[in-house]
Amino acid sequence: MRLAAVVWLLLCLGTVFATVALNFRLRTSLPPLAEAYVEMVPRELGAPNVITGILLTYRAFDTIGEVAVLFMVAAGIGLLLGAGSKTDHVSELQREEPEPSTEIVRTGADIMVPLIALFAIYIMAHGHLGPGGGFQGGAVIASCVLLVLLAKPDYRVKLAQLSVTESLAGVLIVLVGVAGLVFAGGFLDSRVLPAGEFGALVSAGAIPVLSVLLGAKVGCELSVIIERFRA
Amino acid sequence: MTISHAVLTTGFLLMLIGIWGMLTQRDILRIIIGFALMGTGSHIVIVAIGYVADGTAPIIDSALAVSDAAGRAVDPIPSALAVTAIVIGLAVTAVMLAFALRLHAAKKTLSIDAFANSKW
Repeated sequence: MRLAAVVWLLLCLGTVFATVALNFRLRTSLPPLAEAYVEMVPRELGAPNVITGILLTYRAFDTIGEVAVLFMVAAGIGLLLGAGSKTDHVSELQREEPEPSTEIVRTGADIMVPLIALFAIYIMAHGHLGPGGGFQGGAVIASCVLLVLLAKPDYRVKLAQLSVTESLAGVLIVLVGVAGLVFAGGFLDSRVLPAGEFGALVSAGAIPVLSVLLGAKVGCELSVIIERFRA
Repeated sequence: MTISHAVLTTGFLLMLIGIWGMLTQRDILRIIIGFALMGTGSHIVIVAIGYVADGTAPIIDSALAVSDAAGRAVDPIPSALAVTAIVIGLAVTAVMLAFALRLHAAKKTLSIDAFANSKW
């Protein structure tokens, strides 16, 4: 009975999806809004990466909301798995001393962690020049923390420092936004700083600054989430 | 049949597999995996919709001059939305996993049948 309902639902959805996929026509030119973005981002913002320009200037308010969602998730997971409830949900198996990781994992982590951290900074700082940006760099930083936790099970992530860094980055993002309101076209307008030479590392106004701040904030939030999940 | 159709079909198939997994599996972790699969499928669909014939990434560099960017770049808006969707999907998955941990702590099992008589 239940299986029949599931199959029926999947068939209906499959019909809808197949209709969409079969009737999809490959576009040969950009729609007007996309065309405007592709022309405006390099000309007005001086950022070669159009997607970062959209994310960090034209739709930067969305990005702030997204970071706020991530913050709420970190806080909510802290509420669910945090210190208060730690004693009752840790099973007998987990309460024992964590098993030390093998030589391969430890040595590999020692070699890889600095490289991964460097790569994360590269991704964040080059968000306006190529593929990358704050969220991606932050995720790479969190993968770095995860690797450290795998290699050294007794390592404690310093939650207090992370929350200070995270709040500081958040405040600075909003301050840059307010600066855009005062000195440029609107909230989070990246043109508060000069556009600089097109394609240089320090260019495209406030976009690299916002990118690095976002990366720090996202990296801290994801690291806190990873630490919480360790129970 | 173009590359977009192939990618769209893959994305839609992933969404169907995810929905099937969410509706038929009894293990909470598998339900969460089904949700993640559905989310991934929708991201693929979003990106596929933004493709323009013979387009390249909307990044201005030596391979793509400013003057012909509007003619050769793919639609940047679906890509920007996919970034948002990925982050929110990660957030929702993290919260679901946290709830799964709490449910496991309550009943020592991850089967959804153990929670059949839960009151709201």
